Amino acid sequence: MTNRTVLVLLDPATEIRTSALELFTIARGLGTVEAVALAGVGVEVLAQLEAYGVESVHQAEFSDAAGRVVTGDERHLPAVVAAALAAAVRRADADVVLLPSSFAAKEAAALTAHALGAGLIIDAAGVSEGDDGRIVGSKRVFAGSWDTSCEVTTDVAVLTVRANAVVPAPAAARVNTQTEPLPVEVPELGVTLASREVKARSGDRPPLEEAAIVVAGGRGTDGDFGPVTELADALGAAVGASRDAVFEGWWDTYVGQTGVTVAPRVYIGAGISGAPHHRGGMQASQHIVAVNSDPEAPIFEICDFAVIGELADVLPQAAEEIRRHKG
Amino acid sequence: MRIVVTVKYVPDINTDRGFEDCRVRRTPDEGTLNELDENAIEAALQLVEAAGEGEVVALTVAPPDGDPALRKAFQLGVDRGVRVSDDILAGADYFATAAALAAAVRKLESEGPVDLVITGMAALDGLGSVVPTLLATELGRPALTLAKKLGVSDGVLSVTREHDDVTEELSAPLPAVLSVTDTANQPRLPNFKRIMAARGKQVEAWTASDLGLDAAPAARTRTLSAGPRPERPEAELVTDKGEGGKALAQYLIKNDLV
Repeated sequence: MTNRTVLVLLDPATEIRTSALELFTIARGLGTVEAVALAGVGVEVLAQLEAYGVESVHQAEFSDAAGRVVTGDERHLPAVVAAALAAAVRRADADVVLLPSSFAAKEAAALTAHALGAGLIIDAAGVSEGDDGRIVGSKRVFAGSWDTSCEVTTDVAVLTVRANAVVPAPAAARVNTQTEPLPVEVPELGVTLASREVKARSGDRPPLEEAAIVVAGGRGTDGDFGPVTELADALGAAVGASRDAVFEGWWDTYVGQTGVTVAPRVYIGAGISGAPHHRGGMQASQHIVAVNSDPEAPIFEICDFAVIGELADVLPQAAEEIRRHKG
Repeated sequence: MRIVVTVKYVPDINTDRGFEDCRVRRTPDEGTLNELDENAIEAALQLVEAAGEGEVVALTVAPPDGDPALRKAFQLGVDRGVRVSDDILAGADYFATAAALAAAVRKLESEGPVDLVITGMAALDGLGSVVPTLLATELGRPALTLAKKLGVSDGVLSVTREHDDVTEELSAPLPAVLSVTDTANQPRLPNFKRIMAARGKQVEAWTASDLGLDAAPAARTRTLSAGPRPERPEAELVTDKGEGGKALAQYLIKNDLV
């Protein structure tokens, strides 16, 4: 393990997300950590890389086949990200590539593995070294009901890792992170990107996919997310919804196997019955709490604690109690 | 407009899913057409209907046990169903699956142009969401994935792509590979007329050698173990009689979760 090199995708390069810190933490347990950024990193980002033991950061400098510099949003397209990662693996002679488990990163991971002939594990909940020194990814599948472990049998391993796989921790000692330009030729995509918008992250609440506590509302809210957001804010939690609630236009992001998959320390579902689709997106949570007026709601079968009652009564009272506890 | 839709036969998410010998357990009566493929089929049918002529071919890589997925596709209005089965494809990973699908699309192209390959956003068993982009790479075609809205005009496919916290407007000339999300459309239901028409349709069975594949690419990963998680202990249930919120808060506080 001592001479293994682990690359971690850093996208965006302008701010460090919790998911990146988790990947650095995992990577340190596997070997020497290097980051790959799609743009130059700033001073604040660099300081965090140093604290997390990232030895160097490869800063991609993209150009097209004719040698023209590419700086636009195209840099975030999976095929372009994959070109950068593959170039970095070749230059650093890296053994492992870690990415977050976002939809875009999964595609980039697949294309990177395709280009390198590398083994691919998607949605790992843990990454470790197996008995014979190979990389092993553990996964929680079928709505959190089965655990699998999978060994990569090729020289290079590419993995996407789910949020909350580990608690991020800085390295025992700071390192002096080297920055190195990484020339990357942008592949011919055949795709035109007319616009790209990144939803602004609310400064008040943590992002759903990274939050340690999630409060989600469903059909039982009847469209009033006031009690849901009140409890979330008392807890410092992210807010999510069921797919039904999003289809009704009551909230914008849903937890579910085709929406955001969450695995927080605490998941609180309010007015959510717990259909298979929803369970597939939250069943790996550590503590599951449910509030529902229907005593037959299927979510009660998978929760640790539940209140049978009206969420409009229960959630504000819980919020008040939490606020009092926090003082 | 000639469109190939890739489909997969998966264990029904409402059944007790699991593994056997480190492979997903697939029983004929607990399987179903991957629900997310219905959005892909719907997108294909709508495009062909809008074009006024064309053909929708459902394509799967599966043992013959997977035919119910194709028959369901027939009931939704798909014209043809092709199944690629071969011992060398058993246990195919993402890359081998994408390569086999690509080879089958090329064989369909040898009969006539394929304008578009459409897939669902994921298969509900593996949830990898990477085969569409790998298939596009294998075919050397542009990939427009995770489309929430789509349209074809003058041979150009335009989509609104939504993923994570990003919204993108993308376009590519046909032929291309497209994946659609579960919010892209509302899949139609089989009706009596379509069910009757489906009865006359036959699954076309191809082997790997029909596609010019003589060996499966070596697998790059190996499953070491697969085991069910322990059941959660019985939940603590409180009926709200005016103190339910406090009980919830106390549960969080006593477990050090606040």
